[in-house]
Amino acid sequence: MAEVILEGKNLTKHYPVTKGLLQRTIGWVRAIDGISFTIEQGKTLSLVGESGAGKTTTARMILLLEKLTSGTILFEGEDLSTFSASEIKSKYRPNVQSVQQNPWSSMNPRMRVRDIVGEPLAVNTKMTKQQIRSRVEEILDQVGLRADHANLYPHEFSGGQRQRIAVARALALSPNLVVLDEPVSALDVSIRAQIMNLLKDLQDQHNLSYLVIAHNLATVRYMSHSVAIMYLGEIVEYGEAEELFLNPLHPYTKALISASILTLPEDETDEIQQIILSGEMPSPLNPPPGCRFHTRCSEASAQCSEIVPEMRQVKANHQVKCHHHV
Amino acid sequence: MSKTVLQVEDLHTSFYTRSGEVKAVDGVSFHVDEKEIFGLVGESACGKTVTGLSLLRLLPEPSGNIVKGRIILNGRDILGLSKKEMRNVRGKEISMILQDPMTSLNPVYTIGNQLAESIKLHQGLADDKINDEVISALRLLKIPAPESRLRDYPFQMSGGMRQRVVGAIAMSCRPNLLIADEPTTALDATIQAQYIALFQDIQKTTDVAIIFITHDFGVVAKMCHRVGVMYAGKIVETATTSKIFKDPRHPYTVALINSVPRLDRKDERLFSIEGQPPSLLNLPPGCRFAARCDHVMDKCREEQPPEIDVGDGHLVSCWKVK
Repeated sequence: MAEVILEGKNLTKHYPVTKGLLQRTIGWVRAIDGISFTIEQGKTLSLVGESGAGKTTTARMILLLEKLTSGTILFEGEDLSTFSASEIKSKYRPNVQSVQQNPWSSMNPRMRVRDIVGEPLAVNTKMTKQQIRSRVEEILDQVGLRADHANLYPHEFSGGQRQRIAVARALALSPNLVVLDEPVSALDVSIRAQIMNLLKDLQDQHNLSYLVIAHNLATVRYMSHSVAIMYLGEIVEYGEAEELFLNPLHPYTKALISASILTLPEDETDEIQQIILSGEMPSPLNPPPGCRFHTRCSEASAQCSEIVPEMRQVKANHQVKCHHHV
Repeated sequence: MSKTVLQVEDLHTSFYTRSGEVKAVDGVSFHVDEKEIFGLVGESACGKTVTGLSLLRLLPEPSGNIVKGRIILNGRDILGLSKKEMRNVRGKEISMILQDPMTSLNPVYTIGNQLAESIKLHQGLADDKINDEVISALRLLKIPAPESRLRDYPFQMSGGMRQRVVGAIAMSCRPNLLIADEPTTALDATIQAQYIALFQDIQKTTDVAIIFITHDFGVVAKMCHRVGVMYAGKIVETATTSKIFKDPRHPYTVALINSVPRLDRKDERLFSIEGQPPSLLNLPPGCRFAARCDHVMDKCREEQPPEIDVGDGHLVSCWKVK
């Protein structure tokens, strides 16, 4: 088994809801409610779910942009809460980098590509200007851009090229883990394949670990080794990618797969059962009691609205949080 | 043979900008039959939306212009209509749903108010009758408790519900042609599935013909009867949905379908189309896809390919196809 690079244990993030002049707390938005996962060296874990499921909050907690309400993050086996501020800066930050969704807003339009990609090096290392210069050119080459692109500004590039620049910036410090927040969803269909192939090639070359945030299941199947399906702040199903896609257990996972699978109009005879969920995701301010999915679930029984299901290990590589799979 | 609702012939739409003429739509022809869902697929900037706006004659003025072509809606050329006559057509015979319900609804009016606007304009009903029409339009889009929801403002509704309101406005005067421009792109996967199922229902009960503009082949496969694939201002291939998926002829269609990852199989490596579409300011003389095409020949770079019918209305613009 591959070495575990990052582990989240029972992560929780609650935001207070305040009211009045004294900012009295009148409730909590339970954005993340006790999720656990592991990311292995050289592998990709994907978090999948609809908007409001808590995917981006999870990514922000790992990037230390949000404080945990409770839970622990272990980085290479060490508890992050025991790190001092300088250890975070020297040991954690350079090893965990990110690529944002929208390459039109994730770069400073007044900086040249050379400075955008070189900035993490200037901040985190003692490299000389000359060394930074050659490192930037080396990375631009790796992501499929030319060295002379370094002197241009972001607006001179297309969306796909900009996303390559964002990848170059994330890789500048040779990190172990890259958090990719919807890395291709802002791009055009024919450009997506280019970027996904690039990310996979870079992973193989540098033994990189990825945490991918995505809502498109087909993208996830192509990119990931393991997958966590999130719903309303919880992981409802978690497992190895192939196992999970070939043998989905949770009704929500089944509905998501049915919504994204390619079916031709004539295929109706093939008995592909299209599952259409009723209603919408409830508010995390006041999540339903019992199983959080029971309000939209076609298989819900009496216990689902009362008892909170436990995460159960169904197979060595497959966990599910549902009363119907014991 | 079913009746043709819309016939577009050799439509050219250009934008005149400081840097020159941008040929956004450059000789597009297609037709939509009664009760048919016609998909217009392509990447950003291929001219899908401009085609849709041209059909409504809602191009931004003065830069956008329909240079030539004919748009025959219900038997008459709407390019010959005056602005006033066009206002009677819009909303009544042809209407449009835009991509983002957040920007297509007015935030300071209740949804009942916004629905009543086109009903009042086109049907000239008394106020109490208008209310009934508003409620029936909301009911058509399966919005729960329409009597109370029509007093809501857009911000009080979820994204999926808002998009249903936009649909209700478009359908309120029962047009016979509806243009839906990426109506599901801003929605989540399960809400998207709901919306698509709802539209198939509406199409069956009202017999409206739909032009469905999208970049998502998955949505095309679920919804459309026939598809036109657009690239750099031209339709490069038109065929029934199953033909497009099972027997695509144009290299761009093939490449586009192959570059989309599939959920029902494990792809080892995705096919990727290198390069980018050409600039619409400076189009190549020959086939627009020539620079990115794997099967390119000398002829492709010099001369534009003609549209060839390979059987049963399957049209392809490619020199390779004989």
